Amino acid sequence: MPQNDYIEEHIKKHGRRLDHEERKRKREARESHRISKDAQRLTGFRAKMFAKKRHAEKIEMRKKIKQHEKSTVNTTTSTPDDPDGLPAYLLDRQNTNQAKALSTSIKQKRMEKAAKFAVPLPKVRGISEEEMFKVVKTGKSKRKSWKRMITKHTFVGEGFTRRPVKFERIIRPSALRQKKANITHPELGVTVHLPILSVKKNPQNPLYTQLGVLTKGTIIEVNVSELGLVTAGGKVVWGKYAQITNEPDRDGCVNAVLLV
Amino acid sequence: MATVLPPPSKRARRDAQQPKDANIIPEDLPLVQVQFRAADTGQVLAGGIHLIPGSSNVKQLELLLNGLLGSSDDPTPYTFSLVDGLNPIAITSDLYCDILRPQHRSTEDVLTLEYVPQAVFRVKSVSRCTATMSGHGGTILSMAFSPKNGAKLVTGSGDGTARLWDTDMGTPVAVMKGHEKWVLCVAWSPDATFLATGSMDCSVRLWDIKTGMQIGNAMKGHSKWITSLTFEPLHLLGGRKGMRLASTSKDGTVRIWDVATRASSQTLSGHTACVTCARWSGIGVIYSCSQDKTIKVWDATGTTITLIKTLHAHAHWVNFVALSTDFMLKTGGFDPFAKDKLATDDDESLRINSRARFLKASTQNGVVTERVVTASDDQTMYLWNPFPNGTVEESSMNAKPVARMVGHQKAINHVAFSPDGRILASCSFDNSIKLWDGKTGAFLTTLRGHVAAVYMCSWSADSRLLATGSKDCTVKVWDVRNGKLYMDLPGHKDEVYAVEWSSDGKVVASGGRDKTVKIWKH
Repeated sequence: MPQNDYIEEHIKKHGRRLDHEERKRKREARESHRISKDAQRLTGFRAKMFAKKRHAEKIEMRKKIKQHEKSTVNTTTSTPDDPDGLPAYLLDRQNTNQAKALSTSIKQKRMEKAAKFAVPLPKVRGISEEEMFKVVKTGKSKRKSWKRMITKHTFVGEGFTRRPVKFERIIRPSALRQKKANITHPELGVTVHLPILSVKKNPQNPLYTQLGVLTKGTIIEVNVSELGLVTAGGKVVWGKYAQITNEPDRDGCVNAVLLV
Repeated sequence: MATVLPPPSKRARRDAQQPKDANIIPEDLPLVQVQFRAADTGQVLAGGIHLIPGSSNVKQLELLLNGLLGSSDDPTPYTFSLVDGLNPIAITSDLYCDILRPQHRSTEDVLTLEYVPQAVFRVKSVSRCTATMSGHGGTILSMAFSPKNGAKLVTGSGDGTARLWDTDMGTPVAVMKGHEKWVLCVAWSPDATFLATGSMDCSVRLWDIKTGMQIGNAMKGHSKWITSLTFEPLHLLGGRKGMRLASTSKDGTVRIWDVATRASSQTLSGHTACVTCARWSGIGVIYSCSQDKTIKVWDATGTTITLIKTLHAHAHWVNFVALSTDFMLKTGGFDPFAKDKLATDDDESLRINSRARFLKASTQNGVVTERVVTASDDQTMYLWNPFPNGTVEESSMNAKPVARMVGHQKAINHVAFSPDGRILASCSFDNSIKLWDGKTGAFLTTLRGHVAAVYMCSWSADSRLLATGSKDCTVKVWDVRNGKLYMDLPGHKDEVYAVEWSSDGKVVASGGRDKTVKIWKH
């Protein structure tokens, strides 16, 4: 494995070989020949991987061509792409639509009652107590083992103080505490870093909900006041639920998707 | 270890400072010296200084003033304020509570009270939703009440139709199909017999009210969508046949259409960007404002329309232009509060009535005064008095603004003069509505309560209440006198794009993104 950027260092010091540009041009010129050869000759797993890559490339290319075709169409009569209409005074304004799209989508979801209890991650891997808790040996000769330490990330809430040592059976390590989460809005595809308000439900165990353990599939409440959503009564929406989509103890951060 | 009580909350501390005996007026209050001054002319009422009890309330002051002005048999309501430098102190209950106790003045001083006449009639605030009218397949983009009264309402929608509604019954009357795209603006003709709609499909169409059918063909000519429509006021027609209509468009032109032939008689070009709004004023001037930051003043007194002046002041798009006579021009010959209803509404009597009403509303000190306000994306507004002599001449034109109104923190979308022309309300994307003096442009107060951008406002006919529609899905009614929220009207499921108070004050209609029109009544 290369250590540091010694190649770049060398190039900087001595320059490239004299025929570098020409070799590069030639290699690029023959690139299509190489691809063609690969496409015909490769077999087995390598052929499979090659075909997959080609497939993805072709899709990408078709998309790009379509985009270009769109952009060459006479755009003078183009209208804002809102299906229902916008008043004249909002027509030339940009990026006013974020909260609108949010609230509209929320409303539509509400109308479909079936979607009320659906969450993006319906099933999660079970986590055993052994994995969740590490036994902490206590006592002068480390004979007692009634103390546990949580090995997962947790949310402890505002103004939390640890209990006295003698009474604290379960330790939530301060290095594994999380205050904020990266919340993605599924329809808009925007991701915002928002503060966590509380842990609503940990599907593993009600005890974990109480302890505020953050694992994949946990429902958390987040502070969405920054997004500027409003209710039908004209109040700013404050808290909203989101489901954690990653394993926070693997990534060191909490990623979640907003439930709308 | 002693437990210390938590300190009292801020509200408790504030309450503790308030005097407990709020409304007790001392019995040994001496007489005070008072003189009255008219707010519009600034003249002190003849008769000099009067000695009145220090406990006099507004009703008693009204009685006295009506007596002095010789209008006791037909009394006019007034509001009073103490002249105190730039900021007048409003008298809301009585002289003692508002002036003497807060020690703005002592009982030794002469109190100069400014009086402002109020509308004789009183519009009751709307308080409940009487009808939710669905039918539109798209967002409600614009709406307008009939100039006659609040019985008929027309709405334009994103589904390409305009609909006529009966607000008394809460039922649809007619569906006007024809436009291919969104109907962005609607306008009633001043005689209330037909209406005009402007659309995203770059055409203007006229519709008959009685049948709901389109009159003639679509009026085509603009190359981009229509942003606003304005009819020539009825009283300007004189003996001439053929009403005219002005339409503004994104393509940067204003087109004048002859309603009878439905042909474009003239194209007013000059703006270099989208013309956002235009107004046909009562003295025969068209004001058009544009995203090229200018306001153009066009002379429309003759048959051909010529440019008088271009006003440069704003630093960003000009979004809206409003006139102090807007309400009179909108209602035209119909007086919703006339004691004797117009016997016939034939053209001639409407025209005469329209002229009389316009002159009555706009004449100040014997001169027809029409003030103009423009609102812009640069977060300011300008108040103009372009024709101080009341005559449309380039030589006598005043191209300097009367006042520059600053205070909003985001773009101002809409601005409206109160029907009596005394107060201006401006709606901004910074969630607030601000009130300004309609004559001087001085800042009065801020109305806070909306939690999202305020799109539109509409005054009640008596200038005492203001209805606003906002992005936060609510319509709110504000009491203008004390600047407080009067009524919160939630109910819409999505943004409210259009709100309109009918000219007779009985109905408020609102519509928006949830595709329904709501009717609010007292």
